[in-house]
Amino acid sequence: MRREIPMAITTISGIIMIIVFFVPRWKDWSDILYTWFLVISGFALILGAGSLLLVNLDKISRRSPGWGYNVVLLISLIATAGLGIFGGINPGSSFYYIFLYVFTPLSATMFSLLAFYIASAAFRAFKAKTFEAGLLLFTAFIVMIGRVPLGEIIWEKIPLLNMVSISKVVEDWIMGCFNAAGQRAIMLGASIGIISVSLKILLGIERSYLGGGD
Amino acid sequence: MTDNTETKTGAKANIIDILKNVDRRYIFLFILLAVIIPILFPLNLPIGTSAPVRNIYDFVEDLPEGSVILMSFDYSPSTEIELDPAAEALLRHAFRKKHKVIGIALWPMGLSQAQRVFAKIEKEFPEVEQGKDYVNLGYKAGGSVILMGLKEGFAKIFPTDDKDTPIADLPLMNKVKDISNVDLVVSLSAGVPGIKEYVAIVNTQFGKPVAGACTAVSAPEMYTFLDSGQLLGLMGGLKGAAEYEQLLQKPGNASLGMDAQSIVHIVIVLFIIFSNVVYFMDEHQKKQAALK
Repeated sequence: MRREIPMAITTISGIIMIIVFFVPRWKDWSDILYTWFLVISGFALILGAGSLLLVNLDKISRRSPGWGYNVVLLISLIATAGLGIFGGINPGSSFYYIFLYVFTPLSATMFSLLAFYIASAAFRAFKAKTFEAGLLLFTAFIVMIGRVPLGEIIWEKIPLLNMVSISKVVEDWIMGCFNAAGQRAIMLGASIGIISVSLKILLGIERSYLGGGD
Repeated sequence: MTDNTETKTGAKANIIDILKNVDRRYIFLFILLAVIIPILFPLNLPIGTSAPVRNIYDFVEDLPEGSVILMSFDYSPSTEIELDPAAEALLRHAFRKKHKVIGIALWPMGLSQAQRVFAKIEKEFPEVEQGKDYVNLGYKAGGSVILMGLKEGFAKIFPTDDKDTPIADLPLMNKVKDISNVDLVVSLSAGVPGIKEYVAIVNTQFGKPVAGACTAVSAPEMYTFLDSGQLLGLMGGLKGAAEYEQLLQKPGNASLGMDAQSIVHIVIVLFIIFSNVVYFMDEHQKKQAALK
């Protein structure tokens, strides 16, 4: 029953949503499900926090390598959540102070490091080893140059090339034509995959979302 | 004679090996300098504008006074360097044109991002009042389901604003009951849920005009929606925000950052060219050695 009941809920909910999409008269049914979804989403946050707590406590109790980081994570989690719940999250609150002066600079720093790693990775890996790789390299050059003002100035100085605006080359041709066509193909493929998986879930063939193997 | 040739070939191979295995810390140093120097000594490079950005600007410009714009803050601090300038420029434009703005967030940290952006831009417009000219309804978990619920009404999903004021006490929300009262929706998005969900639900199902601002890395994905007309405009990365600032004739952080981004892009292109030259020299040498 531990598997049958969730499977039944999934199948019934899924079928209701499909029916309501085509028969708007029964929209009230989907409204009830949407409300349920909102409530469950709220609980999912609690579940996530609980899971984080258990995993980290386990690592700390076993003194796993780097367990000190788990302690820092738990202290940060409890302190931030506690300050937010009891002190509020509006400007002027302790939570907001942590957000502004701890979380924001740390997150921005982590993301900024990408620029350095991208440069290093491009130097090591971006080689025109084949015709296709060369084509990709050439396109990347044009996009990188075309997306910055200095690149536009350089492009204007190159004879023949300057007959066409680099902005037009990047926006209309590369991004709007080749890129959009490729993206659309990927999106259609992914959508067909999603439909296929959704059907398998509704029919009870795909059960991995229930966890614990089959 | 043979010894000399071998010595020369050996020395060349050595140089190529050194060039092939440049310590990445030198690359990091170049990138660091490429970022810092233009910030300390701005080049003030001219910034051109592109059609996807102009489309948003023109749409906001042409909206009648008092129109309602929904801004969705779907990002967190890690991407604020690209999306905060876009949010600020758009909000500045909306307040300048005396439009009403509703802020919501599909990402948990979007609430605080919105608070910060509203607080900053509000100072430039003393006549603007929270509750009357703009509201920040905050974050709600649920992604696509939240967007579906916007058709049923804001009050159902967001019973209070970020300061716990009941939605019924907010003068702006007494006029704006649901998504049908909104004239433009802009998702400032760093991922999922974000622009794609707004396109699929708010534009395709509810027929509302949707525009977006996203990180440069995710901008290529959005061109298919621009092409289909489901997205009326797009501010892609810092460049998109800088273009909007130029259209507003109020350069801000994005315009300032474009100098650094320009130099970094050129430095990376030069690095790639250099590494390819070394690669082809190495390949040539290997072929020569194989022939011998």
